Amino acid sequence: MAATVHDPVEADDDVLHHSATGLSNEKIAMWAFLASDCLLFGALISTYILYRGRSVVGPYPHGVYDIPYTSVSSFVLLMSSLTMVLALSAIQRNDQRRLRIWLLTTALLGTVFIGGQVYEFTSFVRMGLKIHTNLFGSSFFVLTGFHGTHVFIGVLMLMSLFSLSLKGKLPQEKAQTVELVGLYWHFVDVIWILIFTLVYLIPS
Amino acid sequence: MTEPIAYGQTPPLTARRSLLRRPTSTAGLWGWITTVDHKRIGIMYGVSAFVFFLLGGIEALLLRLQLGGPNQHVLSASAYNQVFTMHGTTMIFLVIMPMAAAFANYLVPIMIGARDVAFPRLNAFGFWTFLAGGLFMYSSFLLGGAPNGGWFGYVPQTLKAYSPGHNIDFWVFGLQILGIASLTGAINLIVTIINMRAPGMSFMRMPIFVWMSLVAQFLLLFALPVITVALFLLMFDRQFGGHFFDAQAGADPLLWQHLFWIFGHPEVYILILPAMGIVSEVLPVYARKPLFGYAVKVFSGIAIGFMGWGVWAHHMFATGLGPVAISAFGLSTMFIAVPTGVKIFNWLGTLWGGKLRITTPFLFAVGFVAMFTIGGLSGVTHAVVPADTQQTDTYYIVAHFHYVMFGGSIFGLFAGVYYWAPKVTGKMLSDFLGKIHFWLMLVGFNLTFGPMHILGLQGQPRRIYTYPAGRGWEFWNLVSTIGAFTIAASIVVFIVNVIRTKISDQPNVGADPWDARTLEWTIPSPPPEYNFAEEPLVTARDELWHRKYDEDGDGRAIRRELDYPVVMDEVPDEVHVHMPSPSYWPLVASFTLPAVAYGMIYRAWPVAIAAGVVEITALYSWALEPSTAPPDPDEGTEDHGPELDSGEPAAAELETADAD
Repeated sequence: MAATVHDPVEADDDVLHHSATGLSNEKIAMWAFLASDCLLFGALISTYILYRGRSVVGPYPHGVYDIPYTSVSSFVLLMSSLTMVLALSAIQRNDQRRLRIWLLTTALLGTVFIGGQVYEFTSFVRMGLKIHTNLFGSSFFVLTGFHGTHVFIGVLMLMSLFSLSLKGKLPQEKAQTVELVGLYWHFVDVIWILIFTLVYLIPS
Repeated sequence: MTEPIAYGQTPPLTARRSLLRRPTSTAGLWGWITTVDHKRIGIMYGVSAFVFFLLGGIEALLLRLQLGGPNQHVLSASAYNQVFTMHGTTMIFLVIMPMAAAFANYLVPIMIGARDVAFPRLNAFGFWTFLAGGLFMYSSFLLGGAPNGGWFGYVPQTLKAYSPGHNIDFWVFGLQILGIASLTGAINLIVTIINMRAPGMSFMRMPIFVWMSLVAQFLLLFALPVITVALFLLMFDRQFGGHFFDAQAGADPLLWQHLFWIFGHPEVYILILPAMGIVSEVLPVYARKPLFGYAVKVFSGIAIGFMGWGVWAHHMFATGLGPVAISAFGLSTMFIAVPTGVKIFNWLGTLWGGKLRITTPFLFAVGFVAMFTIGGLSGVTHAVVPADTQQTDTYYIVAHFHYVMFGGSIFGLFAGVYYWAPKVTGKMLSDFLGKIHFWLMLVGFNLTFGPMHILGLQGQPRRIYTYPAGRGWEFWNLVSTIGAFTIAASIVVFIVNVIRTKISDQPNVGADPWDARTLEWTIPSPPPEYNFAEEPLVTARDELWHRKYDEDGDGRAIRRELDYPVVMDEVPDEVHVHMPSPSYWPLVASFTLPAVAYGMIYRAWPVAIAAGVVEITALYSWALEPSTAPPDPDEGTEDHGPELDSGEPAAAELETADAD
């Protein structure tokens, strides 16, 4: 092959695989996606706040919220961030056994949170609050349901990592994959802190 | 989570685990369908967008036939609503956006010296999802009526109570599908531009088209979720009895307008910035001068990107926002004209003193500058709130945004088509026919949309399907209709030009037919799949120009005397570059999305659930499939030649699962 460019560079393998920023493509993509997701939750939370106290028929938030109950499930979700960090630390130390334990624990805590949400939704429906009951019902269920879907997708990803690890397909070199799922998981957690504060704790 | 294939390492044999056998051939129709090559995907974006352009154009002609005189009966009121809604939705979401995506896909990797985008299969997914969303929306014509609530879909008009048919449902679901396509495309291009620049390609050496695409993709990244939420809320109102826009339940229907325009105004810049980038590439080549004020150009593009978020309520001046809000938004709208004006002066500065070559791409680029300036100026008149109150919902608005979207974006995109056609096809489009196309289009465009300023100021409202005689609107409406058909004639000339060029036996134009400035002109036309046989080293802005020319003491360009070729005119033999392999999964994942939507619209839950299961299966198979397939053992040893590169690092594309 003829040398074709002026000042031809010897193809250096490291250069070819070097990213321009030193970060991996996947990590930048995940940050970009999460940045986009911020706006998604931002618009939904704004909608909830805009419609706070504007429902013309009940049930109203103070009549259905069980703050101690939701505090417990929020605590469960927050703890799952800790176990996620432990999972990442485990794979970085190539400790597959602890990796699996912490991945499974994280997924379990996430599932407990979703279970808590299902129970909460059911009890709200029993109290007569449905999506078509009033503005509160519409904005509450869509916002928290949307967040719950995010947690559910996170649990799916955690379980996928767990099964990959069982099959021996999650070696230490792939620690980044765990890190990316972790980024997503922490993001979903942080969003819940916002939702819990703005939706549950601030009285309408 | 695919295996990252290190250099020289044989990829693991995991392909047998997938449900479908991995496609291996890049030839023929299946080669195109399963391709992950950014150039083929770019071409498919372009061709599909052009077909939608013809559909949207036919819709425009129907509208103009109906309005050519008073009391016409070409379209019924109901058909008129569908046609103008689909015209706007098509031209924005199915023409200008994918056409910009076509250029970005094809050019951005080459311009920054990369071999593909960061996530090749995600790229294919973006294209197929766009196509699936477009076809889905158009299928509504056969299924009881197309969307009819305008491209902005204002509530309460679009609520179930006032639009009981499925028309609006197709719009709501169609736009959500298109949003997924654009979001994946935006993430992909952002990562590509940030992370895959060749050595030496610093941010301030990037071609301006890459910069403008980057700003537009960031706008998409942050604007799309907002309209997604708006559509999501409307979907809940229509499908599940939500009350988000139900005033009787205490809701505020203006919420829709805020959400829509928080997306919608950045969207305007999403549509115009890529065209501005194209024009900024074209003008320096034909003026044989560097772009005037490159840095200022970049920063004004970024400034537009930021300020574009603070002007949305100028679409809502007539809704009673209160004096403080309208004053603030009026001022911010005037301010955003400043970076836009800076760009116009940069183009003029580029032309000033240049040795102009009056070619077709040059004419379209200059046409862009002139027409966009008119559109920009009429835009500033909207910033004057009392004037805007008069103009709202009249043809003056229609005139304004067509000068920006057609006189701006479409002219700019055609400049790009004529400029890069020889790179993409290896053949030059006829300059003579191109000039006929340009002049017909310019005259037709001004005949169509110029008179609408007058009609608007005379009070002709938008979106009416007919009007009575005797209002003084007949003459200019007739002129406008004649203009529309002149534009159609210019498009026929363009199609003839393309077909003639396609069947001609023109010799290959070589790598650099325009004596151009950027990296895409250093490689053969059309480029090989891997783009660069050797990764380029970038030493300057306008890299190719500096390889070819030196400057004398007065700043005049002097051709360098070189004993080696600067550009590569032919594809070299014996280059072994391991590129990402084709895949079925992006296609499957894309075309199940409309199936989910059909299931939800027609409440056929088993269909929706089954499609959802297929979708998840496709995403998992995709995530577990390595981006580079194992080499076929039957192919002998030739495939294992010296590899320059093992292709792009395999994408850990598990995150696509949450992108959906």
